[in-house]
Amino acid sequence: MASISVFDVLGPNMIGPSSSHTAGASSIAYLAQKMAGGSIKKVVFTLYGSFAKTYHGHGTDKALLGGILGFKTDDKRIRDSFRIAEDRKVDFKFLTNEVETDVHPNTVDIHIETEDARVLDVRGESIGGGKCRIVRIDNVPVDFSGEYSAAIIVQKDMPGVIKHIAGALSDRNINIAFMRLFREGKHERAYTIVETDSSLPEELKDAIMQNKYVEDVMLVQI
Amino acid sequence: MDFKKAEELLEICESKGMTISEVMKRREIDQFETTEDEIIYKMQQAWKIMKESAQTPTKNAVKSMGGLIGGEAKKLNEHRIKGKNIVGGVVSKAITYAMAVLEVNASMGLIVASPTAGSSGVVPGVLLALQEEYKISDDRVIDGLFNAGAIGYLAMQNATVAGAVGGCQAEVGVASAMAASAAVELMGGTPRQCTYAASTVLMNMLGLICDPVLGLVEYPCQNRNAAGAANALTAAEMSLAGITQMIPLDEMIDCMYNVGRRLSVDFRETAKGGCAVTPSACALCKGCK
Repeated sequence: MASISVFDVLGPNMIGPSSSHTAGASSIAYLAQKMAGGSIKKVVFTLYGSFAKTYHGHGTDKALLGGILGFKTDDKRIRDSFRIAEDRKVDFKFLTNEVETDVHPNTVDIHIETEDARVLDVRGESIGGGKCRIVRIDNVPVDFSGEYSAAIIVQKDMPGVIKHIAGALSDRNINIAFMRLFREGKHERAYTIVETDSSLPEELKDAIMQNKYVEDVMLVQI
Repeated sequence: MDFKKAEELLEICESKGMTISEVMKRREIDQFETTEDEIIYKMQQAWKIMKESAQTPTKNAVKSMGGLIGGEAKKLNEHRIKGKNIVGGVVSKAITYAMAVLEVNASMGLIVASPTAGSSGVVPGVLLALQEEYKISDDRVIDGLFNAGAIGYLAMQNATVAGAVGGCQAEVGVASAMAASAAVELMGGTPRQCTYAASTVLMNMLGLICDPVLGLVEYPCQNRNAAGAANALTAAEMSLAGITQMIPLDEMIDCMYNVGRRLSVDFRETAKGGCAVTPSACALCKGCK
């Protein structure tokens, strides 16, 4: 894993009160809105474990909604995210699920609907110190941190797709830090997650889309 | 340049004649392929946020989200200004600022997790108090933050700074060890004296549990940040006076981790033990599950 930086110790710079319940929560939602890409019309948050029990007192709800609005962990607008969401006509709702307990104690499911009719379901875990992981996209278990720029490719599980993706990155001289494939089943829908050392140009999306088995490409820039 | 243990850090310091902050800066530049200007700039930004969060509530009290705290820093500040403080300027200011940061944190204000949000008052509290009382420049305080960062890094690398894993000793305990070490460097102590101070703090706060009332980062967290700041200054004073410690920092970090993992989960941020289950705390709660 990545080495620990002095700014992991003295950081993140964040809106309080809790690195796991506030900063980590806003980071999950921030990643989710980046993945959704377009303008968000509706969002439903389902909170589990400790999130479900203490979300109000920790401002987890404001932080999650702030992340959806594109606010980073140190953005003071997080405090007013309910009002700003209403101004921007984003329909939002918070649900709790205290029945399912076999999840990480700080877990949230985020259901997003965009103006251009895209629907995305993301599950994130806040794993402490403001760090988080995305562990599910739609119904497929995945794993990435959001600490690197990432391309998330939705594809049919067929030969040659990975070669195509790697080629598109290589053509642009982009170094891959981590790359993983998750699939629903053989020849079914799959997700390739590529985390890279440098930022990803928008046109990379079109280049990867050239392959006939690729259904969608989401770019998450850091 | 890299190190994983305090003893390795001290070897580098002593063989190259460097301070802990210098080694930590060099490590950051080497490990993350960045520049000195870049890391200094980032640390200046952090220090700016720390100062603001330590000062604002001394003038304007803010009520926390959960309603358990608010106004403590202002009371302490006024008490000191009236000349009624009994602990001297540095300690009085350090505990005031430490409580102030927690007030900002609990009201959804901007803070720097150091190393966590729940323990974010100790490092700025101690450093700002020293800066004001001894007229230390911002540049020197930035060095102090790199020194503190080195101690926090060792705790993260070899143990934990999460209350859910190691209790309050891992959060406020480590924050106080960081502050103690930084204080020693700023006041002219040697790298080894810095680690003696850090080791002393971990020893003195060993076993401290994480038992937040209502599960919120408010109470007793804010009190403990003040206590941590005072603990840090106590340990720094001892070390600067030439008192050595028979248990080195690496062993105290392992010891803290070992104790932390053996704490019942009731005492690790679950609000199921300690202060959180006292009759007065329970009276505030809408009902246990």
